[in-house]
Amino acid sequence: MKIIVSVKQVPARDSSLRAGSDGKRLDETDLTYEMNEPDAYALEEALQLKEKLGGEVVVLSAGPDRVAQTIREALAKGADRAIHVQLNDGTQLDPLAAARLLAKAVEAEKADIVLTGLQSDDLGYGQTGVIMAELLGYAHATIVMEVEPQGDHVRVKRELEDGWFQNVLLPLPVVLTIQSGIKKLRYATLMGIKKAKTKEMKVISSGELQAEFATGLTIERVYVPQRNKQSQIFSGDAKRAAHELAEKLKFEARVI
Amino acid sequence: MSVLVVMEQRDGKLSRMSFEALAAGQQIAGILDVQAQAAVIGYSDNAKIAGVERVFALDDPLLTEYTPDGYTAAIEQLIQAQQPQAVVFPHTYQVRDYAPKLAARLGKVLISDVVAVKAEEASPVFVRQLFQGKLNADVKAASEQQFVSIQAGAFRVSEAPAARAPVERFPVKLDASQIRSKPEAPFREAQRSIDLGAAEVIVSVGRGIKEKDNLPIVEALADVLGAELAASRPICDNGWLPMERQVGSSGQTVSPKVYFAIGISGAIQHLVGMKGSKTVVAINKDENAPIFEAADYGVVGDLFEVVPALVDEIKKVKA
Ligand SMILES: Cc1cc2nc3c(=O)[nH]c(=O)nc-3n(C[C@H](O)[C@H](O)[C@H](O)COP(=O)(O)OP(=O)(O)OC[C@H]3O[C@@H](n4cnc5c(N)ncnc54)[C@H](O)[C@@H]3O)c2cc1C
Repeated sequence: MKIIVSVKQVPARDSSLRAGSDGKRLDETDLTYEMNEPDAYALEEALQLKEKLGGEVVVLSAGPDRVAQTIREALAKGADRAIHVQLNDGTQLDPLAAARLLAKAVEAEKADIVLTGLQSDDLGYGQTGVIMAELLGYAHATIVMEVEPQGDHVRVKRELEDGWFQNVLLPLPVVLTIQSGIKKLRYATLMGIKKAKTKEMKVISSGELQAEFATGLTIERVYVPQRNKQSQIFSGDAKRAAHELAEKLKFEARVI
Repeated sequence: MSVLVVMEQRDGKLSRMSFEALAAGQQIAGILDVQAQAAVIGYSDNAKIAGVERVFALDDPLLTEYTPDGYTAAIEQLIQAQQPQAVVFPHTYQVRDYAPKLAARLGKVLISDVVAVKAEEASPVFVRQLFQGKLNADVKAASEQQFVSIQAGAFRVSEAPAARAPVERFPVKLDASQIRSKPEAPFREAQRSIDLGAAEVIVSVGRGIKEKDNLPIVEALADVLGAELAASRPICDNGWLPMERQVGSSGQTVSPKVYFAIGISGAIQHLVGMKGSKTVVAINKDENAPIFEAADYGVVGDLFEVVPALVDEIKKVKA
């Protein structure tokens, strides 16, 4: 079984975010980065599938040089080798452009299963996996909670709204987008970190892949949303704020 | 030319989000100065849709059960026949599953999870959230034909009386061999033993609590208020609280008199589960956390200081 996991590097979760000077993109100075959380679960699922079935896990990521760090983390956790689709700093891809690049890289590999997170925590389009499937001609399923291989098929448990679920049977090859939280994530061991240094990391420039690069949308402006609701906000000293809040809850909202 | 709104049915009923998407579609149609049309898959006669020029009913035995292959092929045929200028969807789990595929098949990008539409020289500009609501972006489609999906709760459903639109059956050509996935019947996990929907006061905790061992801090607040304890999804995923205490799109929907959101950022999937609360109190160290947009009262501060202080204060005012 050959499994490709497509992971994205995104700004760390508690980053303080602001727009850059052109007002059109994120200010990236002082940001630290981490593996997109749903992608970390996709990687975990891939590693567990490999432990069950044997085969190979290939990690795939598109981004500038800094992405190598996230790739090494995946290798340290147990992925066998990696493909880094190298982009220039500051390249912004819409989901179609990103999927075109990634699909080209997958095409050359002929995977059985392609896994990725159901959305990224930064841009949050939630589309890359689905579009990759369309471009590759693979079947797909989204918001996947469980993956059960059955010969040349895979049976997955999908999450639906309001606490409903559904099992779906799909033929291989397949693209699955994985929901966060479905398994416990492993940590990289010291041994793993050491071994990662010897594993193959193939770097391909985006130009080499000859994917169509036209953008389907333009971002006109990025900004901190204006608050519309008239909320009463207390800050500063915690005791004082708690006192003011308790008074309001008792005498204004009359809820205690 | 038209704006086509693709509406979703469940158990023969159009969903609320579909009508919100319709409201967005009507606004986009106004900006583009074209008519709005609607499409429904698996049409049932009680689908009462007004304020559009026409409703297309797509009906085929192969569409009885949702599959991405079936829905993509069917709606693609309608789009090819009608050539709408914009195609608008509710941003449901189902739409997330097939609309990106449909747009890509036509060489377009879906502008997903849109929260507002503005007009700029007779063309629509779409507002979408980045970083789960911490930033917004104004986005324009680069193509003539645009695809957008609309976030839950972002548009108000029109209550104005309008004439029911005529329904036209749109024949689709599908072949069973086109459909690769075999869906089984949807199911629910075991029945819940806790009904948060009936709670009057809820203290809900998020990832800001950092560790399971810190939970007594919020439990103390729940105790003094006589409140039910609830949580955001990551807390339940980690097994720190049982799944049945999860609030949100994949958990319970609650509408208590007071909802305390403690160390919860306010992602849309959480907000949809608690927006109906009468009074919302948010405690968060990040003044830009989206939860404050939903809050009536907020404290910007460290929950590990604010919550114990609040417990003391509530004891005082209760005494
Ligand atoms: C398909 C789908 C379905 C989902 N369903 C649900 C659902 O039903 N329910 C749900 O909740 N989520 C759901 N999610 C997940 C959702 O998108 C968010 O990831 C989740 O709600 C975030 O939880 P959180 O706010 O606890 O964590 P975070 O987003 O990590 O927020 C933690 C917050 O704590 C604050 N904080 C940290 N430390 C402190 C401190 N010391 N004092 C005060 N504040 C602090 C931070 O500023 C931050 O705002 C779903 C996601 C998807 C994609």
